Amino acid sequence: MGYIEIYRISRKNEDTTMDLTKEHARKVYKAMVRARLLEAKFSSLYKAGQIVGGVYLGKGQEAVSASIGARLIPGKDIFAPLIRDQAGRTAFGEDFLDATRTYLGSVEGPMKARDGNIHRGRPKEGLIAMISHLGTSLSVLGGMLKARQIQGKMDGCVGATCIGDGATSTGAFHEGLNYVAVEKLPVVVVVADNQFAYSTPNSKQYACKDLIDRAKGYGLAGHSVDGTDTLACAAVIGQAVDAARNGEGPQMVVAKLLRLSGHGEHDDGAYIPDEVRNSHYGRDCMEVGKQQLIELDWLTEEELAEWEAAAKLEVQTAVTTAQKEAGPDPYKEDWCALARGSYRDW
Amino acid sequence: MSVTYIDAIRDAQYHALETDEKVFIYGQDIGKFGGAFKATKGLQDKWPGRVMDAPISEDAMVGMAIGAAIEGMRPIVEMQFADFSSVGFNQIVNNAATHFYRTGVPIPITVRMPSGGTPGSGPFHSQSIETIYSHYPGCIVLTPATVSDAYHMLLEGIAMDDPVIYCEHKFLYRWLKSDNYDGDGLPIGKARITRPGKHATVVTYSAMVHESVRAAEMLQAEGWEIEVVDLRSVKPLDTDTVIASVARTGRLLAVGEAFPWGGVTAEIVARVVKEAFHLLDAPPMRLNAKDTPIPYHPKLWAAHRPTPESIRHALKQLLAY
Repeated sequence: MGYIEIYRISRKNEDTTMDLTKEHARKVYKAMVRARLLEAKFSSLYKAGQIVGGVYLGKGQEAVSASIGARLIPGKDIFAPLIRDQAGRTAFGEDFLDATRTYLGSVEGPMKARDGNIHRGRPKEGLIAMISHLGTSLSVLGGMLKARQIQGKMDGCVGATCIGDGATSTGAFHEGLNYVAVEKLPVVVVVADNQFAYSTPNSKQYACKDLIDRAKGYGLAGHSVDGTDTLACAAVIGQAVDAARNGEGPQMVVAKLLRLSGHGEHDDGAYIPDEVRNSHYGRDCMEVGKQQLIELDWLTEEELAEWEAAAKLEVQTAVTTAQKEAGPDPYKEDWCALARGSYRDW
Repeated sequence: MSVTYIDAIRDAQYHALETDEKVFIYGQDIGKFGGAFKATKGLQDKWPGRVMDAPISEDAMVGMAIGAAIEGMRPIVEMQFADFSSVGFNQIVNNAATHFYRTGVPIPITVRMPSGGTPGSGPFHSQSIETIYSHYPGCIVLTPATVSDAYHMLLEGIAMDDPVIYCEHKFLYRWLKSDNYDGDGLPIGKARITRPGKHATVVTYSAMVHESVRAAEMLQAEGWEIEVVDLRSVKPLDTDTVIASVARTGRLLAVGEAFPWGGVTAEIVARVVKEAFHLLDAPPMRLNAKDTPIPYHPKLWAAHRPTPESIRHALKQLLAY
């Protein structure tokens, strides 16, 4: 491995160890830092009345999300993020401007102000634009991969999607999971079991002991990870992506954690009991990751301060740019939902 | 040579697979088995990688097609029965139909819907679903009534860049025959005057075109000349041809096999009343199926949907005004 330092993680109850490179761990953490700062800005803008609609944060889920985004190859792989995946989007290479323009309603954004907030993507560049109906992206992701397979264009690509514990209860998720398993597609499904779907605790969401039990039922390889353990996420989720890429079929990762915000910034999450907040999973993966990297000498306080300063500048630049841009003009909108302009005569 | 409506659907898919390698077909039991109605008979033998069996997962089937369309392919999804498309409804109306407007990336999928009633099929294998998909922006909804239209409109739909809901009427599958697929070259978006007349206009589509023509033939014996307009596609809806016909006759009856609340027939009446009120010599009428689930027993079923007799009866009322 030459100059690359290797961090070997002993996994609980398993005899295996997992490899994680310094380079990859830093890539994951840097995306987490950048995403947390961008989302903090969105929260402020929302509270100041600058963002209409909603703001949905990935606070507490950055390690899981960045770990999947960082392992995917932009321009080759496909990513279907959900509402708490700013970190994964950032790691996958989504420009901050795509996020700020969509949140602030600029016509220059990828959704041209026709859709907002986390409902954004660049499907032709492998970033699926989610709809609010949870679980639907999984079969879309599968279809994109299947199309490449039919056309002989797989070229070792992988597709990944993130989903929460609540979304695992939908029919679309079931159908999609079954589909990618039946077709043995190179898919990684990352479930962030953050204990609450909006206000509903997972005791009212599923009855199996652990969501990872479902992997076996559907015929996927299953991996469990502590979603607050940043380096474990980077290692385990990275390994799942590698396994899918190596032809080992669809993979499912279930990460246990706690959502460290409300469902959206309109929600204070008061329904989350103190004993849950104060439990192991109530810890912040940002703090955990920082400590892990500094202990390993893979990151210094000074470097981190540089990352943060650069990210803050980048956030400010993106927000300023989007704020200066025009919002949509209802009188110039073509009000046509169809792709072919000639249909307008109808 | 004699070809049927189902032959047209099968042969159009054959042609599409042969001429465009971006086309594939996905659905339940459509591979070796050739589909519940044999609309894909023999196609998997010729194109094993592009005619694929799906699990019983209408949501995932449509989702899969959306993904493949993003990648530039032109999927055809066969619903085993139009009734079951309700399970894939969300992917069609919320994902496929919004996708171009939201992202600028078109979703050229064609969803084939074996629609409409046949005797003994009951509540869940008989439905007409054109109204619900027409309601949503971003969908094209085709309702061919002839063998030639079944062939050409399917090919035209596959070539379109938007989600196409192709309503193929099961009652016409084997009953409707033609010498060949030669048509009159009408494009999607243009209605056809199936039968000219001057005393009243029946505007209809799909299997009800044939029922309406029978009613018109009955009335011819009594001296009435009824014009029958076949919409061919309900979205887009060719209002111009409808109004031109009403201008000739002064009387409008809109006939559809779907349930009576709202829908295509209500849309026709609303458009004519708004844009051509001055042309009407009588209040416009609508005739639809009854407002109950579609009954199983052939006697109940035959009375549930419009029939030549009930259409004739409605026309008599319209003409008597």
